[in-house]
Amino acid sequence: MTHATASLMRPPFPAERGVDAHNLKLGMWVFLASEVMFFTALIGSYVILRFGAPGEWAKPGVVLNIPVTAFNTFLLICSSVSMVKAFAAISDGDQKMLKVWLLVTIIGGAMFVGIQAYEYTHLIHRGFLPSGVREGSELAELVANGTLPAATMGLYGSTFYAMTGFHGFHVTCGVVAMAYLYLFRVRRGKYSQQDYRGIEAVGLYWHFVDLVWIILFTIVYLI
Amino acid sequence: METAHKHPRYLLIWLYLALLTAAELTLAFELPISRNLKLVILMVLAVWKALLVAMFFMHLKFERWNLRILFIIPIPLAVIFIFAAITEKIW
Repeated sequence: MTHATASLMRPPFPAERGVDAHNLKLGMWVFLASEVMFFTALIGSYVILRFGAPGEWAKPGVVLNIPVTAFNTFLLICSSVSMVKAFAAISDGDQKMLKVWLLVTIIGGAMFVGIQAYEYTHLIHRGFLPSGVREGSELAELVANGTLPAATMGLYGSTFYAMTGFHGFHVTCGVVAMAYLYLFRVRRGKYSQQDYRGIEAVGLYWHFVDLVWIILFTIVYLI
Repeated sequence: METAHKHPRYLLIWLYLALLTAAELTLAFELPISRNLKLVILMVLAVWKALLVAMFFMHLKFERWNLRILFIIPIPLAVIFIFAAITEKIW
């Protein structure tokens, strides 16, 4: 009892600087920390499966279309730059350029998802499925003549679609979030030089998605 | 709101990223070097690009360590997880 009274009487702690981030930004960083774990679980599983696979992995460029994906990677990097330009514009109080750059980012992100959808349909058409290679398909012939390893195609398919699929889902969420900001916040002039917290938080998410793709592109497509 | 600082040169970072991507593609498909060396160099390039994005686009370079730590802490956990799972059969 005396203890409780004593703690009630205690003077407040002096103010600290903490992490120097507003709540929205801090919340986004905590979420991104959890996202790091989410993607490392996927990437980690891929590394483990590939190391423990019974035999060789398919050589890069045989199944996957590298030029299209390289263009897509470049597109995502460009949209990351346009997002940071949108952030810089509003932090200088420039509403007009915020609109322009945010719209460029949304279009870039939507194009990325579109190209990925094209890539998926093309791969499935050629016979590359999450479960492996479809019988009687173009890729099945490559397995039959020894260009592709029969033993690991199932692992290849499942890890490929799991990693790029979850990433594509994240990009889609980012595009939806930015479209929401554009339609209901930016166009109504809700952001100013004094308050652009929403742009900053969604921007962090968008750059993180770009960062994950940079790693995925290397380990899935190039190695 | 974050403290006022002059914006980094974003277009320069963009140029770096584009050049590093081109370097990765050349390395992966054109250079006749051993597979293991290729793997190491490609991973270094990828981490370099990821760091550029985190430092300049996500502004980690301009944040306090209290915030940076949030992002850094899960990464060693990931390495431990992968290492532990790969060496599973030993122990």
